Amino acid sequence: MKSESKLEQILTKGEFAVTSECGPPRGADAEVIRKKGEMLKGFVDGVNVTDNQTSVVRMSSISSCVILKELGLNPIMQMVTRDRNRIAIQSDILGAAALGINNILCLTGDHQKFGDHASAKNVFDMDSIQLVQTVKLMRDEGKFLGGEELKGSPKMFIGAAENPFADPFEIRVPRLAKKVAAGVDFIQTQCIYNLPKFEKWMKLVRDRGLHERVHILGGVTPFKSVGMANYMKKSVPGMDVPDELIERMKAAPKEKKAEEGINICIETIQRLRDIEGIHGVHVMAIEWEEMVSEIVKRAGLFPRPHIES
Amino acid sequence: MIVAERKPLEQISSMIESNSKVLIVGCGECVTVCSAGGKKEVDILASALNMIRIKESKPIEIRQETLERQCDAEYLEQLRGFIGEYEVVISMACGAGVQFMAEKYKNSLVLPALNTKFIGVTEEQGVWSERCHACGDCKLHLTGGVCPIARCSKSLLNGPCGGSANGKCEISPEVVCGWQLIIERLSDLGQLEKYEEIIPINDWSTNRDGGPRKVVREDLRL
Amino acid sequence: MRLNYPPNVKIIKVPCTGKVDVIHLLQAFERGADGVYIAGCLEGDCHFLRGNLRARKRVEYTKRLLDEIGIGGERLQMYNMSAAQGPRFAEVAREMTERIMTLGPNPIRAKNRKP
Repeated sequence: MKSESKLEQILTKGEFAVTSECGPPRGADAEVIRKKGEMLKGFVDGVNVTDNQTSVVRMSSISSCVILKELGLNPIMQMVTRDRNRIAIQSDILGAAALGINNILCLTGDHQKFGDHASAKNVFDMDSIQLVQTVKLMRDEGKFLGGEELKGSPKMFIGAAENPFADPFEIRVPRLAKKVAAGVDFIQTQCIYNLPKFEKWMKLVRDRGLHERVHILGGVTPFKSVGMANYMKKSVPGMDVPDELIERMKAAPKEKKAEEGINICIETIQRLRDIEGIHGVHVMAIEWEEMVSEIVKRAGLFPRPHIES
Repeated sequence: MIVAERKPLEQISSMIESNSKVLIVGCGECVTVCSAGGKKEVDILASALNMIRIKESKPIEIRQETLERQCDAEYLEQLRGFIGEYEVVISMACGAGVQFMAEKYKNSLVLPALNTKFIGVTEEQGVWSERCHACGDCKLHLTGGVCPIARCSKSLLNGPCGGSANGKCEISPEVVCGWQLIIERLSDLGQLEKYEEIIPINDWSTNRDGGPRKVVREDLRL
Repeated sequence: MRLNYPPNVKIIKVPCTGKVDVIHLLQAFERGADGVYIAGCLEGDCHFLRGNLRARKRVEYTKRLLDEIGIGGERLQMYNMSAAQGPRFAEVAREMTERIMTLGPNPIRAKNRKP
């Protein structure tokens, strides 16, 4: 094992993994994150904790991870390169490892223009691929970027995100190959709605044998309403929502819109399980964490495998 | 060239609120080409400030000069004979010119009339856009001649990020994704395989992060 | 046609409105004009192809400058008319004169007059 991560053990055993996501609160109240954690406990193998997502200031990812860890969950610390230079990044990786956080998801981060501090200076000392390299260097070679040796390597399971639907399509697989070459252990994809396009991408991934070198977890997000489906289609960059799904949401009776959204999500998970090279699913129920348990149960992914820690 | 833009008149006029003898100095290089601080713009600024002050019943005396450039001492020297007669000097050069004039004339208060924006090109008449960040370690040979540092909103060396959609950047549909441009260029040049080489974490010490920079050519020094 | 138009309009002839630059317009106000308008050829009929279109853009830019200066961009206007439209010329002269009468004198001129 490269790390002490429960997620790594599950994936290595060949189990179909389930991860979910938890957004820290916009304040110092730890109860908010505990409440979200309680809803997910027992239903997922890892929980992503976002790092000031969409550049809106929130409680830090590290501290939220620790709160979830105390509840018995397996947190996946997201880290964006937008807000920290290499000094702060390496320092936070060491600190997180010391606090028992075993997973890191390496991201570039949304531009600060989207957030509540648009006039901030961004950092981007490195990009997400270089962050993967950095964590790997610290973990496997026990070295800092500056070349000095560190004492006590951070045993982290290294993840990254990939969006098979972003443009240009011809580099989506080469881009994954770059992340694999950088040393990523697992990939969580952007929300999958356009399954034919996703299957086309996975075929190209398999053609290059990348599915054997990295664990790919397919991302899903249930629609709560027609409005949300439309928003995802039109306003979220790099999101591919086919019209037929919007039509399905429209056709559902008013009181059953949310249920239809869950149905679509579960059908997507079933189809993902049949794709060779997909080793798990990442359920992103944005501010709808209470639905994760139902999705996991109805998708036949409950109970989760027990791992001795 | 260095591209600049005039500050709002209100800001310039408030800088010289208490002065009645003002020298406005334009620059004949980059800021002339981008129509921000050449002779024409000196004329316009002088006329506008004059009118503002007449309106406020605080008449002002303005002298207008435009130098070949303000980033070389020999041209700045041309002001020596009369600069002392003015309470303030408004420089319409880029930030380098303003500072160099202040360095050369220690007793004069030199004020900026422009906001210096970027190193860029004339895309079409009246439209300028950024091309170079002066990072001090050119990487254009790796990226098909399109700069990831200047053209990507996040200066990613291994882009594009997930926010690239329809060839546009996530920050605005008006902004072209720099990495889309790089990939298109590499593809046109038959060098797309270069895309898969990971560009290592950057040494920013050649950038401004290393402190103010200097170039010395001993062979040219007198 | 012996058309009447207000005697306060002073005509400055230029070879093409494309010759008129921002500084010319500003200096007219600086020297006390209460209003300025440019009578260019009809759009599409410029002998130099784009002269009148460029004049219109410069007028728009100068209007914003006049707003910033505090004189008011509404004192400046671009019109298009052909050499055959005598009545239109007189109409525009009256229209502009009325507008300026309503706005009152150029604040610069008013201040300059003070002893």
